[in-house]
Amino acid sequence: MCGSESTRDAVHLDLIGKCKLAYPVVVADDLFKALADPTRRTILDELAEKSGQTLFEICSRLSMKHQLGISRQGVSQHLAVLEAAGLVETRREGRYKFHDLNTAPLRQIAERWLVPDTSGPEKSTP
Amino acid sequence: MKIRLTSVFVDDQAKAEHFYTEILGFVKKHDVPVGEKDRWLTVVSPEEPGGTELLLEPVGHPVARTYRDTLVQDGIPLAQFAVDDVQAEYERLRGLGVRFTQEPLEMGAVTTAVFDDTCGNLIQIATRPQ
Repeated sequence: MCGSESTRDAVHLDLIGKCKLAYPVVVADDLFKALADPTRRTILDELAEKSGQTLFEICSRLSMKHQLGISRQGVSQHLAVLEAAGLVETRREGRYKFHDLNTAPLRQIAERWLVPDTSGPEKSTP
Repeated sequence: MKIRLTSVFVDDQAKAEHFYTEILGFVKKHDVPVGEKDRWLTVVSPEEPGGTELLLEPVGHPVARTYRDTLVQDGIPLAQFAVDDVQAEYERLRGLGVRFTQEPLEMGAVTTAVFDDTCGNLIQIATRPQ
């Protein structure tokens, strides 16, 4: 899925010397697709509030706090999209499975277009 | 029609008896041998000795294990018990070494938490507005 265009992005980032990303694989399409949905952004909000949630807790938060009537399967699908984009990581601990937030891929967005502010240190250099 | 009895499947009835009485604080209501090693083992809340009984039923059927394990993986509780104060109960049980998969969570008027009963199930405790 993250084919030629993403590869091109990666090469482009290399060429402009900004490829100082902690995240090794540039998956821009998956990332923007994941962020384009309001429910998925709400899931990220909830995971930002508390990392390490079971599927049940995420479903509870969406239905009870946000009055979102989404099936468990629907939430699972949203989580799969977030996981593909690297924004959510799952971890098994004994018999349970927890979901953690990973904000590292978001740095790609900041570093892709924001012009680094280099004026400060340069001016102060004699 | 009344709900007088409900049940949870447990891996080990002796372990379940310990957890549900010594840790959770329920009291044993019936304990009758059934067959060679199983027991008809029920507990009730000390606050409601004549209330609904919880049957701690041996998990004999392999499908019951699959069913429980799949629910546990996704963090889904099998039963819900009512408490006056979820946060206080969470702290009391944590102090006794109980493992929680969901810490107390306030969702509007309802507060819940989810813990492992050490016998194969997740249990939710909840406080609802009176």
